[in-house]
Amino acid sequence: MNEELRAIWQTFFNWVMGIGPRPENEVIPPEPPPDLPFTQKPRDKYSRFHEATLKERYNQWLEIHGLHLFSVLYAGLSVLTCVVIVSLLLATVAELPPFGHERNPANNEVIRRYVEHGGHETGAQNIVAGLILDYRAFDTFGESAVLFTAAVSVLMLLGASRSNKPDDGESPLRHHHAFSKNDTILRGVATLSIPAILMMGCVVVINGHLSPGGGFSGGAILSTALILAANAYGFGRVHDFFSERTFIVSSSTALMIYALSKGYSFFTGANHIHSIIPKGTIGDILSGGLILPLNICVGLIVAGTLYGFYALFSEGDI
Amino acid sequence: MIGMFAYNIPFASIFVMMISAIITPLLPNRNRIPEKLSCFAVGFVGLMSAYLLYALTAGGQTQSFNFAMGHFPAPWGNELRAGPLEAVLSLVFCVAMLLSLTGNFSSTAEDIAPKRRNIFCVLVNLLTASLLALTYTNDLFTAYVFIEINTIAACAIVAVKESAETVRAALRYLVMSLVGSGLVMIAICLLYDLTGHLLMQNMHRAIGELVATKRYMMPLTVSLALITAGLAIKSALYPFASWLPDAHGSSTNASSAILSGLVLKGHIFTIIKIFYRVYGLDVIHVLRMDTVIFILGITAMIMGSVHALRQKNVKRMIAWSSVAQVGYIFMGVGLNTIAGIAAACLHIIVHACVKPMLFTAAGGLSNAAGHKKGLHALMGTFYVNIWAGLGLIAGACSMMGIPGFAGFASKLSLTLASFDHSTVVWALTALAASSVLNALYYVPAVIVVLTHNKDAQKNFTAPAPTMSYKVSMLIFLALNFYLGLFCVPLLRLITRGVNVL
Repeated sequence: MNEELRAIWQTFFNWVMGIGPRPENEVIPPEPPPDLPFTQKPRDKYSRFHEATLKERYNQWLEIHGLHLFSVLYAGLSVLTCVVIVSLLLATVAELPPFGHERNPANNEVIRRYVEHGGHETGAQNIVAGLILDYRAFDTFGESAVLFTAAVSVLMLLGASRSNKPDDGESPLRHHHAFSKNDTILRGVATLSIPAILMMGCVVVINGHLSPGGGFSGGAILSTALILAANAYGFGRVHDFFSERTFIVSSSTALMIYALSKGYSFFTGANHIHSIIPKGTIGDILSGGLILPLNICVGLIVAGTLYGFYALFSEGDI
Repeated sequence: MIGMFAYNIPFASIFVMMISAIITPLLPNRNRIPEKLSCFAVGFVGLMSAYLLYALTAGGQTQSFNFAMGHFPAPWGNELRAGPLEAVLSLVFCVAMLLSLTGNFSSTAEDIAPKRRNIFCVLVNLLTASLLALTYTNDLFTAYVFIEINTIAACAIVAVKESAETVRAALRYLVMSLVGSGLVMIAICLLYDLTGHLLMQNMHRAIGELVATKRYMMPLTVSLALITAGLAIKSALYPFASWLPDAHGSSTNASSAILSGLVLKGHIFTIIKIFYRVYGLDVIHVLRMDTVIFILGITAMIMGSVHALRQKNVKRMIAWSSVAQVGYIFMGVGLNTIAGIAAACLHIIVHACVKPMLFTAAGGLSNAAGHKKGLHALMGTFYVNIWAGLGLIAGACSMMGIPGFAGFASKLSLTLASFDHSTVVWALTALAASSVLNALYYVPAVIVVLTHNKDAQKNFTAPAPTMSYKVSMLIFLALNFYLGLFCVPLLRLITRGVNVL
């Protein structure tokens, strides 16, 4: 019994270490011709499978099947995780207070003051504009700074690396878009619609404190005009008046004006000093205190950033 | 009552860093003016924070105050809040940031193209501003906005060094970090729906009522789980830490030091604030999140070190060691007592001072070995750059918890804090095991650095360490010894700060 066990153990040990006897029916591959290039050498390891140790065999198996196994497992686990999280969140949403109910916790004194006194306290007819640019202007300053951070990061990663390439006028990518310069229909439509889009963007930005809209939405509209112009006339034409330098200067200046004017407002508010900024009459174009200039600043940042992203990702340059 | 100047310091700190970030792209990009401006601004904010700390604790009393951002009081407008703990943390953040920048002044110039250095400074300033805002904010949504700034800037300072490795690491970091942001955002929405507030103390009151009447317990638990998971991903708690070694190990030394020493800490302090000021320690205990955090913390303490043992690259080794150290902090938070949170805050401070020193030292040593990062290549580099060698030895002793070094103080206070807790056996076992594991990889690194290697030393052609490197390392070493030898007043100060948090 002991002998048998030892024999079985010996066989198993040989199998693990790869020193087992050669099977009778094994076909030994012929020696490869010596002058064959390295990449074409037959892989004799697979044909002499029993001579490999268990670890080598495992590594071979992993080399062949590992990636497939990993991707199947990865996909399976991802789906499982998503299903669990989705069902958990759906169950949570089902438990939440009913939407729009008047006795919800969110209908409290905070909302009441925004709705009832928002107009005369901020001077803005659009309560949302008063909320984001006066009551909670610090958050909005942070949001604009998020855009600024994203813009300078993308500019650094995609724009500044251009210094490595030979830079004589047009970058090679630009020629891909050469066809659009001759597209008569696109150019005609662009010529007609760009002034209208620009006007629309300006109206949305400037009336931000009176009607729905404001810096974020108006800035997005303004950037579409720039993107359309770039597609119709080529990036070079836009580059003539909106270069990387213009982008940086306009974004930084707009954010600086925001920071300084709102910093003054925060400082006077916190220290109970009288602020010299007039609120104006509700409904007038010049009303709402700082909201109008702040909307213009945010609009400039958003327009520049969105166009900058488009140009950097499609051309590698503004 | 606190003076007018000190009262405005939290607001002024954030705005000084923001404005220096905004003005930097307009500056001329020569003579390293942007970097000098960053250093100056960070130093100035550090001085202001020191004065604020003095004003808040003068005469043996502990004060804290709220600062309304604008003309509208708190639940309607935004609000900042400052107490001794916030002041001491922002002081430490500024000091560590300044030393990370000055200590790696020359390696930054080697690693980052001149065109990018300008924007690197913008990002560093934005990171500092976001850390300060996370420290001072009293409003959960403001915290979220600055978490976003922090995320983008942190990913960008990984990718600032141009190589395939850093871009891959930054992308990985970005994906993980954005998942974290998303979870935090969902959690804040749920909390707002349940409480109707974004201001921390009002949320705390509303949550207390909900728990007392047992209403909405399931969404409350989910919101706590999501916000903890989201911030745990960002602060690299172990099972979520897979992005950290790539991001911290491959970036330029200044970025590694800032990311490991400061960026993780901003998110951890946000978790502490949310646990302590939004939910309250009782609710955390009722919802069992303290146990989860405690278990994850001790797992991280062991697994971070186990992973560090397997590394051959010195920076990756130090990066994995950060995962273990984050575990210590979370273990302290998981104790769910005032003493535990104070010990966790002390460890935040200790690690914020030691880890940048280790990265700066490792950068100096691998520079001495001709930019090789493998541990074997560092043989004998102590004798080429003695300052970096001393930094590595002091940092290693601190991480192992040798008495007299900074790490000893925080490990001691964590041990003492765990005695009040029912899980003291687990905490002590994990602390002992993790310290031994720390020694297992830091001692060989120190031995390698100290071993004479005549053949290789002839080939070392690195320039002598610059003056800024020496001075920064000296201050790092002094801070290390100060924290190790005189931690009791600091711990008392932190405990006072936690009590008024």
